[in-house]
Amino acid sequence: MRGMLARELRLAWRQSADTAAALLFFVIAATLFPFALGPDPHVLSVIAPGIIWVCALLAALLPLERLFGADFEDGTLDLLLLSGLTAGGVAAVKTTAHWLTTGLPLLIIAAPLSVMLRMPAEQVPLLLLTLLPGTLLLSLLGTMAASITLGARRSAVLMPLITLPLMIPTLIFGCAAATAPHPQAALLMLAAMLVMALPLAPLAAGAALRAAAE
Amino acid sequence: MTGPFVAQNLAVFRGERLVFRDISFAVPAGGALLLRGPNGAGKSSLLRALAGLTKLATGKLLWGDEDALEDLPTHAKRIAWLGHLDAVKFALNVGEHVVDSAALAALGLASYRDLPAKLLSAGQKRRLALARVAASNTPLWLLDEPTNGLDTASIALLTAVFAAHRAKGGMVIASTHTPLDLPSAEILAL
Repeated sequence: MRGMLARELRLAWRQSADTAAALLFFVIAATLFPFALGPDPHVLSVIAPGIIWVCALLAALLPLERLFGADFEDGTLDLLLLSGLTAGGVAAVKTTAHWLTTGLPLLIIAAPLSVMLRMPAEQVPLLLLTLLPGTLLLSLLGTMAASITLGARRSAVLMPLITLPLMIPTLIFGCAAATAPHPQAALLMLAAMLVMALPLAPLAAGAALRAAAE
Repeated sequence: MTGPFVAQNLAVFRGERLVFRDISFAVPAGGALLLRGPNGAGKSSLLRALAGLTKLATGKLLWGDEDALEDLPTHAKRIAWLGHLDAVKFALNVGEHVVDSAALAALGLASYRDLPAKLLSAGQKRRLALARVAASNTPLWLLDEPTNGLDTASIALLTAVFAAHRAKGGMVIASTHTPLDLPSAEILAL
């Protein structure tokens, strides 16, 4: 399992343009808002958490198509399923690799972006705290959607259509936690959703991978 | 290494179509089985079913006395798989695909160790995929058209690799169109 993760990370490092594309998309999309809405700090600071959250969600979707797509096309998926890991284990490693190469960098870049959007400095750590389960949930649900749409025509279009509705509860509680005066309840809700998705999403993804490989 | 690997009355559906049925064979330790048949006869489907990738409609696969497909990860550890695709990643170099230098040398790739896989020819990629099988140290090799794209010299190397594997009690099940020199191999016509 560790060997597969190391290999995935090495591949991501060698093909770092793919990884960088998602991060640049995040930066550029979030930068467009001040241009469209004007530089008024009051307006920006109110909507900043929402902008960061939505842009991070959309950016994290970008690498999902290649998450299994490349392995499916070149025959590596068969080898992964025959590597001695369970199909759910393969999906879990892929989820981890996606989070480490996309979710974590997004989380780090979100800090300077939120400052740029005039968020009060004392709110930034809380926003990052909500994005931690947020990006993890997106990696989990995104891996599931990527394996379900594997081999389908237009999978790149289908995948956001499956992932984004599933992410709505996360988005609601994530943004609520980032802006509420008492964020504990919303944070606990996020944690509860993470605890649900952590075992279930890789299992579902594994079943979908087996079906795709048939 | 244990065995034998026994198939009883296998049948496989692809979609709504019955690809084959009533396939039975037994491969003893050190044995080999060649799958032959026209395109679309179901050679690849049979190999995928033997690996546990495609579901069997009926029939039973036995590893020794136990049901081979009962636990798929356990079965996966017994087999080395070579599909019709080479599963070679362009971004990695040859030595990152197959660490075992003896396996690379056995297929004539020893001097390509640090070469990016992107620069390999089609035949060399096939040899790299075969080197991965040779390095796997598993008893049962399932190979879909292993000689695709190989020249005569490489086929000779491959024959030697097969012989060494079988001498250790390993089994080879391969589909092929070209003549493949596997002494005392059984032939299954689909």
